[in-house]
Amino acid sequence: MEGKTLYTVTIFSENRVGLLNQISIIYTRRKLNIESLSVSPSSIKGVHKFTITSYSDRETIEKLVKQVEKRIGVLKSFFYTDDEIIYQEIALYKVPTEKLLEEPNLEKIIRKYNARILEMSRDYTVLEKSGHPEETEALFEDLKCHDIRQFVRSGRVAVTKDINEYVTMFIEERKQAKEDMR
Amino acid sequence: MSEKITGAEALLRSIEAEGVDTIFGYPGGAIIPVFDRLYDHGSKLNHILVRHEQGATHAAQGYARVSGKTGVVFVTSGPGATNVITGLSDAMMDSTPLVVITGQVSSESLGSDAFQETDVIGITQPVTKWNHQIRTADEIEWAVARAFYIASTGRPGPVVLDFAKNAQNELIEWKEYKKCDFIRSYIPYPEVDESEVDEVAAIINEAKSPMIISGHGVMIAEAEEELKALAEKADIPVSTTLLGLSTIPTSHPLNKGMLGMHGNIAPNMATNRCDVLIAVGMRFDDRVTGDVNEFAKQAKIIHIDIDESEFNKNVKVVASIHGDAKTVLQKLLPKVKEAKHTEWLNSFADDEKLEQEKVIQSEVFPAEGELKMGEVVHKVSQVAGANAVLVTDVGQNQMMSSRYFQYTAPKSIISSGGLGTMGFGLPAAIGAKIGAPERPVCFFVGDGGIQMTVEELGVILQYGVAVKIIILNNNFLGMVRQWQDLFYSKRYSQTPMVNPNFVALAKAYGIQAEDVESREELDEAIKRMMEYDGAYVLNVKVEQEGYVFPMVPAGSTMVNTVIAPGEKYQSTK
Repeated sequence: MEGKTLYTVTIFSENRVGLLNQISIIYTRRKLNIESLSVSPSSIKGVHKFTITSYSDRETIEKLVKQVEKRIGVLKSFFYTDDEIIYQEIALYKVPTEKLLEEPNLEKIIRKYNARILEMSRDYTVLEKSGHPEETEALFEDLKCHDIRQFVRSGRVAVTKDINEYVTMFIEERKQAKEDMR
Repeated sequence: MSEKITGAEALLRSIEAEGVDTIFGYPGGAIIPVFDRLYDHGSKLNHILVRHEQGATHAAQGYARVSGKTGVVFVTSGPGATNVITGLSDAMMDSTPLVVITGQVSSESLGSDAFQETDVIGITQPVTKWNHQIRTADEIEWAVARAFYIASTGRPGPVVLDFAKNAQNELIEWKEYKKCDFIRSYIPYPEVDESEVDEVAAIINEAKSPMIISGHGVMIAEAEEELKALAEKADIPVSTTLLGLSTIPTSHPLNKGMLGMHGNIAPNMATNRCDVLIAVGMRFDDRVTGDVNEFAKQAKIIHIDIDESEFNKNVKVVASIHGDAKTVLQKLLPKVKEAKHTEWLNSFADDEKLEQEKVIQSEVFPAEGELKMGEVVHKVSQVAGANAVLVTDVGQNQMMSSRYFQYTAPKSIISSGGLGTMGFGLPAAIGAKIGAPERPVCFFVGDGGIQMTVEELGVILQYGVAVKIIILNNNFLGMVRQWQDLFYSKRYSQTPMVNPNFVALAKAYGIQAEDVESREELDEAIKRMMEYDGAYVLNVKVEQEGYVFPMVPAGSTMVNTVIAPGEKYQSTK
């Protein structure tokens, strides 16, 4: 991704069918590959939050965010560079238990990465680690020699460092605007 | 008092409550219940049966653009729905309010590849302002109210309601219809930021050589008077985009003509000299700017638009005002000081003279030779009068007619600007005439474009729609031929056309028609056409290898304007 920056776009929307498609169309038109995507209800009742990361340049992402915000059903959309947000992702690792027990430094590794064991059976063990992609990736590298069967990562979730909560403000404004009309 | 009615009936009552009186449509299996109810609504809802669903959308566009009302279309599922995609894309590009109701298979069959099932929501998402699938009858009122609100407000656009057949038949309680006037996530008319207005006024007040570009947004907002007032107060020359034509009368002294690839030389060149460029309700299309990196580089560009996502999309601006053109111009006007820019205005004269001598004279007033497109347009426009509406197809006919038609009243041009849809014109002209029956509608089309939607002559036959159709017939796909001529060594790949007898074709549809082959016949034929009470086709044989000039080659800059084959514009400055 030469000359490109990883941008995190957050989108707050009504909880309606088809919005994800409308958003992804806008990425597709600009040929932006989505690196990660996470969608879930936000802290505001009835409002969904999308967190999407992609490599781009500032100008493109700025235009994209405006076009996303234009869609009916989208309340607010923002974009950030990594230094403007606190972000995290979660990774799960499934390793044959037998192999894992062969590791002389198992305790060390788990401590080093602050990983957790979620499940352990005769056949396999599932580890969990949350962190930045390079951290979850590093644990994957260390466990690679133990025949990892599955390694999955979630999309990014993020909160801003900004003190203002623009979405809440926007929703309040719109509530007021609706009352003023009546 | 409430009563039980079907979903189909609820749809019709809802659109009646929205003030709709005209529908363009075509029935089919998945929309039969709606058409069945329509049978009893004939006194209030005038349904125009088109001959192809594409025609329904373009007719609705013509209707909407001439009247300012929302165009309504009814079609069936599957092929009926896929046939409206071109019209939806066109309406999306040219900000035209449409509500298109597509029939859909019953909800329980959705996703099963049922007969005439298509994923209409999926297909139409990129080309609609909003879409929604109605699966139960109790959603109808909500969906219709939102559809009309979204289509007609803010930057207008097309909306699709995909209406499942079970919901058409389902019984519901009918209560009073409530229009939509609020959607939390949608702010159609943003409050204008006074500080933005102050900033822009200050820039205009300091300008020595300002220029206005008036776009389609001025027409949509009906801000023609405000625009004129601003131009006159601060003595600013006005240029227009293709769809902005008729936002200022042709004869107004400050109207310096159309911008763009086939625009007028003087305003095009002035984009390279002005110090402030005030763009109102337009979006810097590449056909307007040419190479965006070279466009108005020296100027402070101010952008006034209702769509915030247009700011800095194609060109960088120094200031912008987000809002409806009418509201913004009303706020701007008192803050702009009276000014005189006599010298600046006079600087347009040399290029105007050059275009007049090198291009217009031979195109509009040829003394001999074959008929020219420009002269035909000019003569029709003179006879048609001040209130006439120009409808164009796409290609040379579009550029010639838009260049040489005289505009007096607002909303006098209907053309496929953004999408450039050949075949748009005939149905759009029909829709325009139905939307403005008191205005003469002159439709210019090529021999190629007329054949793309020629089936709509059937609508003229059935409803007696009095459109005047002028075929500028050169037996070529003329605009592509022109490009092949200028840029592809005259290799006329697939552009010569063998055409039917258009007069016989028109007559088969019961439409008055005649051929015009020479200059001597032209005036009388135009007179007969305009005086005739009804539709009329003039098949005018024009010069085969004519050119639309001036021309800024695609992706090039204004200074590279071509004014004749092999002849480039030379600056007199």
